[in-house]
Amino acid sequence: MTISADHAAPGQTAQGRQSPDPIEEPRTEGPVAEAVRKFGITAEDYMLPARHQIQMVDQDGNLKPHSEQGAEPGHEYPVPGDEELLAAYEQLVVGRRVNDQNSALVRQGRMAVYPSSHGQEACQVAAALCLSEGDWLFPTYRDSVAVMTRGVDPVQTMTLFRGDWHSGYDPAKHKVGIQCTPLTTQLLHAVGVAHAAKLRGEDTVVLAMCGDGATSEGDFHEALNFAAVFHLPVVFFVQNNQYAISVPLAHQSVAPSLAHKAVGYGMAGERVDGNDVVALLAVLDRAVKLAREGSGPLLVEAHTYRMQAHTNADDATRYRQDSEVAQWVARDPLTRMRTYLTDKGLLDGDGESRIAEKAEAVATQLRNGLNEDVPVDPQDLFRYVFSTPTPQLKEQSALLADELARDASAGASTNPESAK
Amino acid sequence: MSTATSAVNGNVSSATARAAATAAAAAEATGPQPVTMAKALNTAMADAMHADKSVLVFGEDVGMLGGVFRITDGLTKTFGEQRCFDTPLAESGIVGMAVGMAMNGMRPVIEMQFDAFAYPAFQQIVSHVAKMHNRTKGALKLPMVIRVPYAGGIGGVEHHCDSSESYYAHTAGLKVYAPATVADAYRMLREAIDSDDPVMFMEPKKLYWSKDMVDLEALRDQHAANAKSGTSTEGRAAVARPGTDATLIAYGPSVPTALAAAAAAAEEGRSLEVIDVRSIVPFDDETVCASVRKTGRAVVIAEAHGFASVSSEIVARVQERCFHYLAAPIRRVTGFDVPYPAPKLEHYYLPGVDRILDAVDDLQWED
Repeated sequence: MTISADHAAPGQTAQGRQSPDPIEEPRTEGPVAEAVRKFGITAEDYMLPARHQIQMVDQDGNLKPHSEQGAEPGHEYPVPGDEELLAAYEQLVVGRRVNDQNSALVRQGRMAVYPSSHGQEACQVAAALCLSEGDWLFPTYRDSVAVMTRGVDPVQTMTLFRGDWHSGYDPAKHKVGIQCTPLTTQLLHAVGVAHAAKLRGEDTVVLAMCGDGATSEGDFHEALNFAAVFHLPVVFFVQNNQYAISVPLAHQSVAPSLAHKAVGYGMAGERVDGNDVVALLAVLDRAVKLAREGSGPLLVEAHTYRMQAHTNADDATRYRQDSEVAQWVARDPLTRMRTYLTDKGLLDGDGESRIAEKAEAVATQLRNGLNEDVPVDPQDLFRYVFSTPTPQLKEQSALLADELARDASAGASTNPESAK
Repeated sequence: MSTATSAVNGNVSSATARAAATAAAAAEATGPQPVTMAKALNTAMADAMHADKSVLVFGEDVGMLGGVFRITDGLTKTFGEQRCFDTPLAESGIVGMAVGMAMNGMRPVIEMQFDAFAYPAFQQIVSHVAKMHNRTKGALKLPMVIRVPYAGGIGGVEHHCDSSESYYAHTAGLKVYAPATVADAYRMLREAIDSDDPVMFMEPKKLYWSKDMVDLEALRDQHAANAKSGTSTEGRAAVARPGTDATLIAYGPSVPTALAAAAAAAEEGRSLEVIDVRSIVPFDDETVCASVRKTGRAVVIAEAHGFASVSSEIVARVQERCFHYLAAPIRRVTGFDVPYPAPKLEHYYLPGVDRILDAVDDLQWED
């Protein structure tokens, strides 16, 4: 059966034109039909991921021959330029340093929690670097490195994880959604942002991130379907890190791959080695380009691995073997990129030192920022619930203010230190 | 004390009484017409869409069909498929997409089709719609309206008649409105669309086809004048019928029932004041308590189950604030704590005039 791409709503087809038999006639409109014309392949070949994941640099840092990269007609990916790859490597190093610094800060009690993306830095970096200035990123709680790579101040990015009550950064200013905990709910916000932009005629692309476990959520389905039905420029980027806390992928889905899920929505899917930043940039750059040209939405699945526990509160040894983790150490995204760039003559000792210094500067910034005690204002509890506090909130705010004033005066009268 | 007027006018202050007088003067020019609540809601959306191109309407069947209750009738034809459109059948998707649109400069007005159909969107409503402004320290506002045709009394089958307002009222960060009159349906929907905060707009579906004599042109002018002068009746309750002996407190579909009970009581020589709450969140303690302090007796009426509900909250608030004015414990007449009944049984469940009058009789008049 030919899978149709044009899901015009009943209201859009009810008037006038004779609809072709949806079973017999392939649709001639919509992103997939256009892509079919553009690439000269069938709708199925466009929507289905390539037979193998796209991998350009192998785990030893060698550029694979083009014929072995997984490319197929309609799934062609040029190797990104040197400048982009160097910038990506720099962010990989910074990202790794950020992950390890933050984990240390949690152990020292300076942060409440940190879901580390250690091992997934290539996905983090590529998700941010593939976007242009006017584009939006919708991250999850594990995507702090992507948020920072997008240009958000590192200490601001950590606001929620240090236990503060707000997002730290202004999502509209940075065009980065607040890091989202309820799984895949943010994908629908991404769809809405893209829809609003499209209605205004803007060429904004939105990249929306989620994990493998999240693809079981209902909002994953609703977001992909809405994006497809309204032909929206959204790139859905699934980091398949193999585990949803403790539950392996096999318990989430028996689809041939998560990228195959795209077909059900009439969009194109692709699989990519999530520890190969070269392939990730190639695939995501093209997905963003296609989305901007009107061929969106698209679904990209990256195969990667969560090297550490879900958070500091989790014990990964209860559900996976060290030998499995060891296999992924060999596939580390940083080491292979360092080898590749060094072999290519793009990276030398000086370059490494410069990048390491930059990473250390960010780590210092995080340590200093998070070691600083930020005073809390209890009245902030009431200020932002609504644009203007309701009479009830004003009453409650006065009650708390009164309590605090009485505590303060009681403290002043009993505490000789404060009475001085 | 509010100026007491008819349920149709529902004035809440002398300022709005003057505005209403102006509106009434304008009304004489074109003449008030019999208008349904459905028409008033439809006109409110159309006027808001004319006034602001960022106002969008979407949901299930709201496009060509005009909604299963025809509340969005003609909007697609007038404003095009980009501004009033059908979505896939997925409520979480509708609300979640509206969140993103509101984040990016739009003012979505979305329809949930039926009260119980909104539950798949509960996660989006509670975790994002209600909290986005707070968790971004005010950086992101979500000016969106979630219209919910709600409550029973229409002989609907299961999952079509829930009074779901308490779920939303319990969630910090949501405004919850429930109009009871045709004029309020227009006024309050315009205010909801203008609001920078998200509003759960509970439309009593049994009142969709109720008619009042209303001059929509005058309401439109009044809204424009209010917007210009910064005055508004947003968040205020109304005295729907003045009285002296006891206060009936109601909202949405229960207001006409309360008014009928007050009319029946008047024939028996008892003067009941009826307060139309209008805005459940924020709640107008001032107007409600002023009435109870005056009458010394109160009955709260709501279709929803009584247990842990908006009606419980109203009783608690009035008791805390008016205890020394009360001549009798506050009574409630609510739906029973059972799933909303089938059409053959719903008249046993719904608060009716007799049950309200019985509750009024119990307010210790002999003391």
